[in-house]
Amino acid sequence: MLAVRDLAVGFQTRKGPVNALRGVSFDLAKGETLGLVGESGSGKSVTSYALMGLLDAGGQIRQGEITYSGMDLRRASEADMRELRGREISMIFQNPRAALNPIRKIGHQLEDVLRRHGRASRQDAKAKAIAALEAVRIADAPARYHAYPFELSGGMCQRVVIALALACDPQLLIADEPTTGLDITTQKAVMDLMGDLIRARGMGAIVITHDLGLAAQYCDRILVMKDGAIVEQGAPEQLFSAPRHAYTRRLVEATPRLGASIRSLLPAEARRPEPQHHVHNRPLLEVRDLYKTYRGKSGPVSAVKGLSFQIKAGQSLGLVGESGCGKSTTSEMIVRLQDPSQGHILFDGQDIAATPAARFARHPLRRDIQMVFQDATGSLNPRDSAAAAIGAPLARIGRMRGAKRAARVAELADLVGLPQNLLSRFPHQLSGGQKARVGIARAIALDPKLLILDEPTAALDVSIQALVLNLLVDLRAKLGMSYLFVSHDLNVVRLLCDEVLVMKSGEIIEQGPSAQVMTAPQHPYTKALLAAAPQPPQRPTAK
Amino acid sequence: MSRRLHMILGRVAQAIPVLFGVVVISFLLTRALPGDPAAYFAGPAADAASIAEIREALGLDKPLFQQFLFYLRDLARGDLGLSLSTGQPVMQDLAMRLPASLELTLVALGLSCLIAIPLGVLAATRPGSWIDHLCRVLVTAGVSMPTFFTGILLIYVFYYLLGLAPAPLGRLDFLYLPPPSVSGFYLIDAALAGDWQAWLGAAKQIVLPAITLALFTLAPIARMTRAAMLSALSADFIRTARAAGLGQGKILYGYALRNALLPVVTTLGMVFSFSLGANVLVEKVFAWPGIGSYAVEALVVSDYAAVQGFVLAMAVLFVLLNLVIDIAYALIDPRIGLS
Amino acid sequence: MAQISMNKQPAASSQWHHILYVLRENPVTMLAFALLGMFLLCAILGPALVPYDPLATNAARALEPPSWEHWFGTDNLGRDVFSRVVVATRLDLSISVAAVALSFVIGAMLGAVAGYWGGWLDAVLNRLLDTIMAFPLFVLAMGVVAALGNTIENIIYATALINIPFYARLVRAEVNIRRDAGFAQAAKLAGNGDLRVLALHIFPNALPPMMVQVSLNLGWAILNAAGLSFIGLGVRPPTPEWGIMVAEGANFIVSGEWWLALFPGLWLMLAVFTFNLLGDGLRDMVDPRKRS
Repeated sequence: MLAVRDLAVGFQTRKGPVNALRGVSFDLAKGETLGLVGESGSGKSVTSYALMGLLDAGGQIRQGEITYSGMDLRRASEADMRELRGREISMIFQNPRAALNPIRKIGHQLEDVLRRHGRASRQDAKAKAIAALEAVRIADAPARYHAYPFELSGGMCQRVVIALALACDPQLLIADEPTTGLDITTQKAVMDLMGDLIRARGMGAIVITHDLGLAAQYCDRILVMKDGAIVEQGAPEQLFSAPRHAYTRRLVEATPRLGASIRSLLPAEARRPEPQHHVHNRPLLEVRDLYKTYRGKSGPVSAVKGLSFQIKAGQSLGLVGESGCGKSTTSEMIVRLQDPSQGHILFDGQDIAATPAARFARHPLRRDIQMVFQDATGSLNPRDSAAAAIGAPLARIGRMRGAKRAARVAELADLVGLPQNLLSRFPHQLSGGQKARVGIARAIALDPKLLILDEPTAALDVSIQALVLNLLVDLRAKLGMSYLFVSHDLNVVRLLCDEVLVMKSGEIIEQGPSAQVMTAPQHPYTKALLAAAPQPPQRPTAK
Repeated sequence: MSRRLHMILGRVAQAIPVLFGVVVISFLLTRALPGDPAAYFAGPAADAASIAEIREALGLDKPLFQQFLFYLRDLARGDLGLSLSTGQPVMQDLAMRLPASLELTLVALGLSCLIAIPLGVLAATRPGSWIDHLCRVLVTAGVSMPTFFTGILLIYVFYYLLGLAPAPLGRLDFLYLPPPSVSGFYLIDAALAGDWQAWLGAAKQIVLPAITLALFTLAPIARMTRAAMLSALSADFIRTARAAGLGQGKILYGYALRNALLPVVTTLGMVFSFSLGANVLVEKVFAWPGIGSYAVEALVVSDYAAVQGFVLAMAVLFVLLNLVIDIAYALIDPRIGLS
Repeated sequence: MAQISMNKQPAASSQWHHILYVLRENPVTMLAFALLGMFLLCAILGPALVPYDPLATNAARALEPPSWEHWFGTDNLGRDVFSRVVVATRLDLSISVAAVALSFVIGAMLGAVAGYWGGWLDAVLNRLLDTIMAFPLFVLAMGVVAALGNTIENIIYATALINIPFYARLVRAEVNIRRDAGFAQAAKLAGNGDLRVLALHIFPNALPPMMVQVSLNLGWAILNAAGLSFIGLGVRPPTPEWGIMVAEGANFIVSGEWWLALFPGLWLMLAVFTFNLLGDGLRDMVDPRKRS
């Protein structure tokens, strides 16, 4: 149905032309679902935009052919493409809420598309729009017809986006990271729905994702992309069991999955034995009856409701939950950036919640509780160099000056694997992985006893994630720190943590040793979370 | 709906301290003006005793705080006092002159929107092109022209050199009778009365001052339109609309422009209150009998009551304007009232 | 060579590259910088540059149209308009720079405090700014000058007063969006108290958008000062000042002596134009989205 031959796309930028795609070729048969997998910058999204004729200004197809059902898309006029888009080829984007017009009722947005392609007249547009909403299993569709995007949840918005894309019965659906930013249970629901619809309608589909596990679960065939070229393609099982290209192998290995150890995420040549960390039987942190209530527009909102748990010295505790469950609020209270409404936080027996967050900067325990932030970019002051960022706690709390501080910064850079020559760089000159390392170096600068890690790898590619997770394992063994690891990703938590807490709506619903919670969950919610996480096909363990 | 009503009532409540602040500041400011109104009222021939008598009659011998209470009491009765210079009640003066200023400002803003919004859209659809640069230079030149200078220039060219425009002396040439007052806007009143000669006369008078004011207001509106359009056009939902094959017109006007209008409406409000202030100079240049020129005259002769009345009228206008903007916002944006 | 300098001072050099890029991309910005240079030259060297004493009258040569001897003609007292226009640059620029500096400092402090701590401080400040904004700003400036007296200092105070709300609002917004930014929280973890976080981490990051506002406001302040002088509240004749010159020249326009008002007006306009264009250019330079 779709044939792409030797496609090359270039962008005109300030620093001269950049090749985003370099000779990409593939075919898609009717009824086939193709996965396009790669890390950021691999050119997977550019491929889809080139197919749709939606390249940004400055982007240009340099060479190659795109043939859709015998039609030459590269030479089609913009008017022809407009006819095709939505009717023959449709597209779904990430961030569904932003993908819908915020000030137009979703029913009207559907009608716009239906009427544009002559699928509905003024009289029956409303009925057909409601039918389209029902097709994506939106309950109470006639009422939802009048809803605005801001009144719907993220998952519901993505259903509406799917309804928009499928309203005119296209033959080809392109989904660009359709579940990024959605919770894991929502992700499963959306992907299942999409899979069902694709199958029921016999459409061809291209699913673009960075998640190899997700692609393996929902696609018939996977293309692995790197630096604008396809390095390997094949059936999911084959890619996982016998990856031919070195890059595919690295990607497969770096994807966290059942039965993997943290070291096995790394390329074989970089694996060293995993260091053991020692857990003492003395509680380092004890949280007792912690509550946090915000003043909302319509009455008080309880973010955290009576949390109690402890972390032993040297122990790593995972805090798992979906967005809005209160895990970030909890970690901010423990790190003393927020004040709890009620409750105690005992650190080494001392109640640190008694000191207000506003005055905790001068508290003697400030140096012992540090944090690695979720968004490495946002957590670095754009005006400070890497060395200044790492040196800040040394200067303020450690009272280190001049050469002594510089030496310690250099030592920390070595510790986290940041090349010395990058220390003088500013955040915008560093890559994502390098920024993550700067953030970690800053957090461990004063040898804290407790390090809170708030989704430290959420924004990173899997291969970088593997490196950072392993770095954290090494640092833990070397420095004897305790970790509170906040994450939505059970697969990652299992690799790093001794114990796990599962949170939902501000409460702990399950806790226990990670292995136990992961293999024999008790609470139905934990079971649902585990079931929703995409599991890549098991490799015949070739260690 | 009640949510929005709630919001509007909230806004009105918020305006109360602002209005009170305006009353206090204008009261203090006018007391600080040089000159003695009692002496002014008494006339040049008066002796010290009669001045003192008048001062007592006006309540000016009382402590400042007491004077303020008297002022508040009069305000509550709707009494803004007598103007020194015209001898009329300030309320009556304002009622007569306010429509002139409003008519001028509204015509100018309408003109400005008609030019600036399409210009902004045009520039936003071709960012970085020569059209974009040209738009930017043109509107920047507009906002860089001091209104008093633009006015004089226009008068020189269109009245003195070309003779196209009538003499810059007010709202209507004395050849015509002003239309019977309904709204106070000559253009509307003349049309209602069917007096098209007067209408044309009024239109001819208003063209030059309106252009003067419009030139000054082009820039903020055009810039905001351009910026808002650019950000709307780069939004994800535009990409969705394009991927669904919607037509260029629908995307540009139905989707992007409607979203871009939100910040433009806010800017319009600011520009409106701004141009009411800029009016002062334009009215002086064109001898326009509005409240701006009234205020200037009053300030120069330390006319307490007139200045206070003017400031208060402007503040009420400002509060009303903000309400209108909030309502316009609520009409465009369904999200209003929630966050 | 480029490689070496890159390694030494990567940030400074990339900033320079970016500025050069903006200038090359946008000839209008280049023009604005050239004009700014010219105005600064006039302001600093003004009296030394001009051919005549701006205050010297010469009844014999009154109201002469522009000629080689008098580029901008002479006024009703025979004074050289060109000399007066150029010499006035210093006064007009000083008034606007002083006023903007004053409002920048006050507005930034108020806005930063309100934006960072929020709460009742914020509510009070907002009502206060609303109150100032509820006055027609130009009329408020008129009132202040009329009440305090016709001096240059009072023009500066009045112009500063009506500019404060813009800075306070802008800084409040810029500080507010960064209040809970990751780097601000990280700074707290590094042992910085609220005041230090605000002053050393958040505020410097809010500076770039403020620079744009400063540039635009300089132009607006010039217009205000000239407007005040135009209606007779401000600088007094015979001091050369653009607003007064336009006001005086306006009386002669009806008799055909256009140059008296035109040249000061154009010069004034050019100065405001320069600052406005400069603001746009600065915006391009500081806008991170414009960087690659």
